[in-house]
Amino acid sequence: MTTAVSTQTEPAVAFRDLHRHYGEVRALDGLSLDLAPGELVVLLGPSGCGKTTALRILAGLDIATSGTVMVGGRDITHVPANKRDMGMVFQAYSLFPHLTVEENVAFGLKLRGVDRAKRIKRAGEMLELVGLSTQGDRYAHQLSGGQQQRVALARALAIEPAVLLLDEPLSALDAKVRVQLRDEIRRVQLEVGTTTLFVTHDQEEALAVADRVGVMFQGRLEQVAPPTELYARPATPFVAEFVGLSNRMRAEVSEGTARVLGAAVSLLEGSVTQGSGYALVRPESLGVTAAEGDANGRVVSVAFLGPISRVQCRLDDGQLVVAQLTSAGASRLSPDDAVRVDVGADAVLVVPE
Amino acid sequence: MRTSPAFRVVRVVLLLLFAVFFFGPLLAMLDFSTRGTNGSRTWAAWANLVEDPELNRAIVASLLLSLFTVVLMLLLLVPTMIWVRLRVPRATRLLEFLCLLPLTIPALVIVVGITNVYQWVTYFLGDHVLNLTFVYVVLVLPFAYRAIESALSSIDATTLAEAARSLGAGWGTVIGRIIVPNIWSGLLSAAFISVALVLGEFTIASLLNYENMQVVIALLGKSDANTSVAASLAAIAFAFVLLLLLSVVGRSRRTEGS
Amino acid sequence: MSRLARLTPSLALLPFLLYLTVFLLVPTVTVVVGAFAENGRFTLANITALADPVALTALRTSVLLSAVSAVIGAVFGAVLAYLIVSGGQASWLRRSVISLSGVLAQCGGVMLAFAFIATIGYSGVLTVWLRDHLGIDIFGSGWLFALPGLILVYAYFQIPLMVIVFLPALDGIKPQWREASVNLGANGWQYWTQVAFPLLRPAFLGATLLLFANAFAAYATAAALVSQGNPIVPLLIRSGLSSEVLLGHQHLAYALAFEMIVVVAAVMGMYGLLLRRTARWLR
Repeated sequence: MTTAVSTQTEPAVAFRDLHRHYGEVRALDGLSLDLAPGELVVLLGPSGCGKTTALRILAGLDIATSGTVMVGGRDITHVPANKRDMGMVFQAYSLFPHLTVEENVAFGLKLRGVDRAKRIKRAGEMLELVGLSTQGDRYAHQLSGGQQQRVALARALAIEPAVLLLDEPLSALDAKVRVQLRDEIRRVQLEVGTTTLFVTHDQEEALAVADRVGVMFQGRLEQVAPPTELYARPATPFVAEFVGLSNRMRAEVSEGTARVLGAAVSLLEGSVTQGSGYALVRPESLGVTAAEGDANGRVVSVAFLGPISRVQCRLDDGQLVVAQLTSAGASRLSPDDAVRVDVGADAVLVVPE
Repeated sequence: MRTSPAFRVVRVVLLLLFAVFFFGPLLAMLDFSTRGTNGSRTWAAWANLVEDPELNRAIVASLLLSLFTVVLMLLLLVPTMIWVRLRVPRATRLLEFLCLLPLTIPALVIVVGITNVYQWVTYFLGDHVLNLTFVYVVLVLPFAYRAIESALSSIDATTLAEAARSLGAGWGTVIGRIIVPNIWSGLLSAAFISVALVLGEFTIASLLNYENMQVVIALLGKSDANTSVAASLAAIAFAFVLLLLLSVVGRSRRTEGS
Repeated sequence: MSRLARLTPSLALLPFLLYLTVFLLVPTVTVVVGAFAENGRFTLANITALADPVALTALRTSVLLSAVSAVIGAVFGAVLAYLIVSGGQASWLRRSVISLSGVLAQCGGVMLAFAFIATIGYSGVLTVWLRDHLGIDIFGSGWLFALPGLILVYAYFQIPLMVIVFLPALDGIKPQWREASVNLGANGWQYWTQVAFPLLRPAFLGATLLLFANAFAAYATAAALVSQGNPIVPLLIRSGLSSEVLLGHQHLAYALAFEMIVVVAAVMGMYGLLLRRTARWLR
């Protein structure tokens, strides 16, 4: 495990050995995680891994079976949800349909007894922050999905929360809107500087916005690291296969090196140290060139994806691999061509058979 | 969040109070109808349901009425609704308005204005209690429409029809062998609701001077309250069984189909 | 496609339209026309007769009965609906209450009348028990067969009807709204007063209107319970139809029926408007 618990400065949010059981089911199995002030941490994992449970426990909408939650050094494990100083953005449907956009954003302020003039001013500022200052008089059903989520974000931030919580805010939106909005969210978060916990199952989203990503599986944290480290040096097989694409290729390990397709490749920490196994090789680590008598495979298909192409090859030893090339490099390849597939020098994780 | 113990207790108490209010009279009916002289129990009143000739006739008449109403309603409504959905979608609003119109025109109003129409019906068909079928179909229309409409919307009738037509089916086959088998639960639902309604109908029957079950129950009430109460309870129980069957059918369809 | 060919599919709707015309539209038109006619000539005499003390009293009582039973039904029905919603979507309690409500709401008025006669009538089970064991006479002067009794019996089918009509609205309250308000700092009371009640208000008002129309148009219960006098409009129509001469106007029954359509249609119209607002919010 890596940088899960820090002791340098007081963490803004700290989960300490959080457990959440429903009878036999262990939704959370000992989660410990710190969030530094102003940091955006993404909890990433497949459905059922416990990420949403952790978020909801932090929000106070769910109660942990054991463990503590600290915010700003205070133990808030037993503080009721409406007394926690947090703003939450839900996946969908959370705007109040009977209130205008402006009234929605000002709702938390109204509950806190802020007077009308100040409320309107603050709501206006928040709407401007998310780029919707002209939509104040409209109602939720008159806005698109992306606009609704921006209003939800403005509403959550209007109360100046200590922590911002985002529960799969982009999952219900169209692909293009998703990309635009995630950049928006990151921009706003950096501008306001609120400590943020973001939950998603989309690994591309996680890598794009996070300061650090915590990959979860079956209630446990597999690895917490900045996106680049997560991608280049996955700590467990699950992380290696969940984040980004991986080819499983046969490998022989001896004396700290793996042999894959005849090439020597260095090992990542956590790999098998001796014997045979499977190396998890990224598509961009594979090279595919037209063969000159040194062919070790045939092209099965070429998928053009714009700037890059993915080339699927059937190796002579039967393995099926996917390589990622620039489209220029792939342009000369067609199905059934004889090719030479090479493994690059990047370190790989080798998992047992 | 809301399952505080105080709330749970309040909830149980309130539900019990409601149960007393609603089941109390039903139990009272059972007690009342089985009361004999000097505190004994007797099923004489219940036996009257099959023995009393006037009541018997009326029960049979009501049962036949519900059967005929269901048949006529299905014949009239199902092809029309399917046809509108598949071929004349512009008429959907009109159809909906017309089918829900009987909700706004009370049965009492209909009967006031229908005497002329029924003179014609009697002229052609003779004076028989089963003539009530025609007006009953109108009464059950809103409920039947809603049931069939929700079944039709849950299957994508248009796509199914297009697929069948592209494979060579004629409209008759499409309606009869593709659409209808897939909306069975809606049809059954409409049928059951119609039966319950027809069995409970009193207003039109009494004001047109026909003797259906409810009219006879009311008449008997003056002379033999026990039998009237027994018949009423039997009818309520029957309707309850029908609706239970309906929910069972609805559930089993949902698990096998969809 | 030629005009004719485009129109042909619509022809299939003719049987249905003809049927409705004969058995629904003709009676309605007959009533409307009859309200304004006497011996084949146009007259407003029947309509003005609606302002006669007898008719006016009946109208007042009908409105009172409908309003009171509607409010009772709405409040208690909403409470009952809330009680079963808070139990979960597929609970047996919810399903049985809905089934029972379906039966009782559609129940013929005659059967309900006898249910109450059996309970609190002169020799009703409860009456007898209270008389014998506690010396209390709840039957009294026969209030069951007058307005108070009607209100009680109407409540018996208004409450279940409310449950059926209002439940979808309660289902439409998304859990995210509660969670969002809690997250923003609302306590239970604030959530109900600022979010849930405002959202449910149109549905509640609409349902109350529906209950009003339902009570106003109801005939069977009153016909079975009340044998003397015509306290409400439907019973006044009954006397009109059974040829008891009413103030010399044979067509008064038509006028009364017309009055009934106007009231019910107006109420249902308002209900429709409120329904559209609800549908948008609580989809």
